[in-house]
Order: sequence, then C-alpha cells, then structure tokens
Amino acid sequence: MSTSWPLWEVFVRGKRGLNHVHVGSLHAPDAEMALRNARDVYTRRNEGVSIWVVPATAITASSPDEKDPFFAPSGDKVYRHPTFYAIPEDVPHL
Amino acid sequence: MADDLELRFERTVQAEARIEPRDWMPDGYRKTLIRQIAQHAHSEIIGMQPEGNWISRAPSLRRKAILLAKVQDEAGHGLYLYSATETLGADREDLTTKLIEGRQKYSSIFNYPTLTFADVGVIGWLVDGAAICNQVPLCRTSYGPYARAMIRICKEESFHQRQGYELLMTMMRGTQQQRDMVQDSVNRWWWPALMMFGPPDDESPNTAQSMAWRIKRDTNDELRQKFVNMSVPQAEALGVTFPDPELKWNEERGQYDFGTPDWDEFWQVVKGGGVCNAQRVAHRRKAHEDGAWVREAAVAHAAKQAVTKEGAA
Repeated sequence: MSTSWPLWEVFVRGKRGLNHVHVGSLHAPDAEMALRNARDVYTRRNEGVSIWVVPATAITASSPDEKDPFFAPSGDKVYRHPTFYAIPEDVPHL
Repeated sequence: MADDLELRFERTVQAEARIEPRDWMPDGYRKTLIRQIAQHAHSEIIGMQPEGNWISRAPSLRRKAILLAKVQDEAGHGLYLYSATETLGADREDLTTKLIEGRQKYSSIFNYPTLTFADVGVIGWLVDGAAICNQVPLCRTSYGPYARAMIRICKEESFHQRQGYELLMTMMRGTQQQRDMVQDSVNRWWWPALMMFGPPDDESPNTAQSMAWRIKRDTNDELRQKFVNMSVPQAEALGVTFPDPELKWNEERGQYDFGTPDWDEFWQVVKGGGVCNAQRVAHRRKAHEDGAWVREAAVAHAAKQAVTKEGAA
C-alpha cells in the first residue's frame, strides 16, 4: 500500500480584515490532519486566526509561459485607471 | 526559443526579481537549488538530535519548555524547506531516502556530540548565530519559495540565538564550575562553528556559478569574517575567550584577524568520519522506519472516512 500522503497548499489569514495568503505546503493523509499540521507548521507564533488547506492537485494556475498574451487584455486599457482623466486642479474632491 | 527563455531568466535574476516555481529555469539552477535546499532541510531535521539529547535533562521546567519549542522550530524549518524543494519537482519521500542512505549531506556541525548542558547554550549562541549569518543573505536569494522560507526561518532563529546567550549568561553568574563548563563548551564549538561557512573560497568550486545565479549572495570567507567580527564583542560581554591565539583586531583592515580552521578535520567529518555521523543517520532511519505504521494507518483511516462520507451523502 502506498504510504505517501497527498500535498496540501496552506493559506493563512493573519488577522481579521485581511485575506488568506498562501504560506507554503505540507503533506497529510486527509483535510482534517492537513489543518492540524498546518497549525503546527505555519502558526507557532500567532501568525493566523484562520487556515485554509487545499489539495495541491485542485489548483489550476495560469502558465508563466503565456504570461504576456494572457495578461495582454489589461495592458492597453489605460482608461481603466483614474489617472487617465485630466481634471482641472481647482475642482474639489475628485 | 530556448535562448529566449534563458535570456528572460538571466534578465529576471539580474534585475533582482524572483524566479517562481512554474518559470522556465536552467537545469543546473534547478539541480543546484534542490541539492542546496535539501541539504539545508536535512540539517534542520538532523539538528534536532544534538539538542533533543538534553530535553529530558534540562535543569528546570523553564529551560525544558524553551528547548522543546526550539527543537520543534527546527522540525518546522525542515518542513518549510522540504516544501520549497517540492516546488522544484523534488519528491519528499525520495529526499528522506537519500538522507538515510547517506546519499545527501547535512551540515557537519551536527556530527559533534553535546556533552554538557552548556552545549545547549553555545549551540544557540554560536551555531545558530553562524546559521543566521549564512541565512540572512538567503532571504534575498533568487528563488522565491526558498527566499520566503528563509524569511520565516530567520525570524525564528533570532529566538534561538538569544535563548542560548541568555542561558550562558545565567551560567556565567553561577559557580566557578559552571563558568568552566561554559568555557569548555566554547572551546569545543568555536572551530566547528567557523567551519559551518564551508571551505575557503579558493576551494569552493560552486560558489561563482551560485553567485551569478544570485542563489548565494556572499562568499564563504566573507560570511566567516563577518561572523568572527560579530562574535568577539559578544564573547567579551559574556566573559569567555575563543581558543585561537591568532585572534586579534586588525586596525588597518578594520576587522579581526583569526587563525585557520583545521580543514582536514572538516573534510574528515564531511566524509563521515565525525564522532556522531553514524549515530545521527541511524537515529533518523529508525524514526522513519518505526513511524511507517503510523503513516500507513493514517492513509487507511483517511480512505475509510472517505468511503463512510460518500455512503452518508
């Protein structure tokens, strides 16, 4: 029988009001053990108030080789940024 | 196409940006990183043994709790680093096998025995101090997951070094016998700590390539000098001396001059001839093999739970 445990990616919310952030990975036989191991490995000094564990195989990522074409649609749309619009300086609160 | 990729890699590294797991990278870069990070991870894991030796004999509950926390941190550091190697395509089980079969190395410092409780303090002060010197620049290493692991590790190592120094200060305020014990421990650990930075630059063939790839940020000799400069005033404050008659301030260089470590001893320990090499690896193998039934049971339990859950749904 294979004894190798699957890989889980670990995300920790540092404190209330912040997003969960990826901190690393670990091996565990199931989700519950992954959570407990994540607590011991990644939050020994109050680094978190909440943990997510996700099977590494469940993550779909964009490919770095396609980086330029993949993100190109946002590259030429400068009008999405507030600085695109010239407003006279004497107009307040804008 | 391959040239394009290589050019982009070189540019990223030279711009001080980070290489991330799914980026293209030269095979040599990947291999060097896996070897270096695995060796580093193995060092953290094997490094639990010399100090673990004193957990059951710590002189107070306070010292025992501190030592337990420190040894647990070393396990954590090993796991952050193994996790970084896996982003490069290494397999955890394979790395453990290579360690217990003696096919991958760990830091030679852990092949020296811990004879007295003062060794716990000196390891924290000098061995973890040398490790910090080595590791702080690695927080800026070019491979993202390695750099991030090093940032976490460095934060935690600071506690390790301070608890060691505080332990020694306490002993130095004790009896003459305790002060002698501290000095004896410093005498035994000083040279091995200097060897932790690796062979002299002219005998370190991989340094140039590693520095070009921004994996390594300083040479072995630069880091060793920095460590000596930092340690001398700390020894003075503590009231101990280092066993090196050549150690003295050089006004012209603005640094301390110091003697040459016994490199024959270094290579002998690297090649397996240290006092504890066989014991350290045998212990790691036994822990791994004795734990096999736990790993199997956990997998069986997870499979059973999954079936029960499916049935209930």
